[in-house]
Amino acid sequence: MKCKVCRGHAVVDIRRHNAAFCREHFIDHVRGQVARTIKEFPMFEPEDRLFVAVSGGKDSLALWDILLDLGYDTTGFYLDLGIGGYSDRSKAAAIAFADRRGAKLILRSLATEHGYTVPELARLTGRVPCAGCGLNKRYEFNRAAIEEGFEVLVTGHNLDDEVATLLGNVLHWNTDMLGRQTPVLEERIFESGGSAHVALVKKVKPLVRLAERETAAYAVLKGIDYVVDECPMVDGNTHHRYKEAATLLEENSPGTKQQFYFGFLQRAQSTFSSSGDGGAEVVPCAQCGAPTVRWDGAAEPVCSFCKTKALAHRKRASARRPARRES
Amino acid sequence: MKVKLRNPDRVVDVSGPSTVLDLLEDLEIVPEAVLVIRDSTLLTRDEGLSEEDEIEVRPVLSGGAW
Repeated sequence: MKCKVCRGHAVVDIRRHNAAFCREHFIDHVRGQVARTIKEFPMFEPEDRLFVAVSGGKDSLALWDILLDLGYDTTGFYLDLGIGGYSDRSKAAAIAFADRRGAKLILRSLATEHGYTVPELARLTGRVPCAGCGLNKRYEFNRAAIEEGFEVLVTGHNLDDEVATLLGNVLHWNTDMLGRQTPVLEERIFESGGSAHVALVKKVKPLVRLAERETAAYAVLKGIDYVVDECPMVDGNTHHRYKEAATLLEENSPGTKQQFYFGFLQRAQSTFSSSGDGGAEVVPCAQCGAPTVRWDGAAEPVCSFCKTKALAHRKRASARRPARRES
Repeated sequence: MKVKLRNPDRVVDVSGPSTVLDLLEDLEIVPEAVLVIRDSTLLTRDEGLSEEDEIEVRPVLSGGAW
């Protein structure tokens, strides 16, 4: 195959664009897609300070690399989930990338912040690891961004991530989630006692025009040393199965993923957005202040994160308590 | 040729395929789900292969939750 731009030897083909690119022009193409996405939605301005969630995987490191090349003011944030050697390798990759690019990286760990790792949380609560992991990441990314004084949280969700989420939301008719599935989630501010504070920072996804194969190709071609291993806890993950199904469709009919996701954004998303939180009132969590929904007039609603954390600590305490002896 | 596969990491000997697409069909791998790498360079699906090649087939679909 030949590069669409220079007719040189191509190294990447993108069938949905009916195009192939040499290394140099593929990198230009990827950068251009991200720049277009940032402007189109719009996500942020050149003077904004960006808080980039990095996992040590291809998507987040490629995203950070692109944002640095585009000249944005970025700080990386790595959350150690405590998944054994996998987390150790992921953290090492994030640190090595930050060192190589001379970029600032903030490190936190779930164990230090909340007293458990992802495997412990799954064992204590009896829930699938990915559910607890996702909940804790979303909560901690937002909390860290607010505490560190950032206004925009940037994540490496790509086209495949969004397609898999959309497929899941449609299959289960999660209309509330469909109403919130956009590349930009604006900040949410709470007011109390005459003062206002940010409860949710603005969240943006600049990679939504790029398939996972393209972010991986970008990382390889830029020499980014990312963690190739799959998370050891992902076995049987539904989101992953949706990705595989969509990729099979894409193989047989290039462009399917892009048409599904961008067709949804252009023609259907707004019809769900009015359903918002299912009519429930959004209020601060009685324990941590993060936004949660008030169902059935509950006096002091508690958010999912605080409930899960409390359950984990309760289970751990009861496991340590000696069994009562019957007399 | 030697073909490195991932998750779990292993190397298999494959003989016969003359292009990347042939190799992936032999291994029953969906081309959209992987990158094919030779000497740190990416290969498009029409790229020719030889018996002496050392190839890596790297999956690109990551799982988990955000």
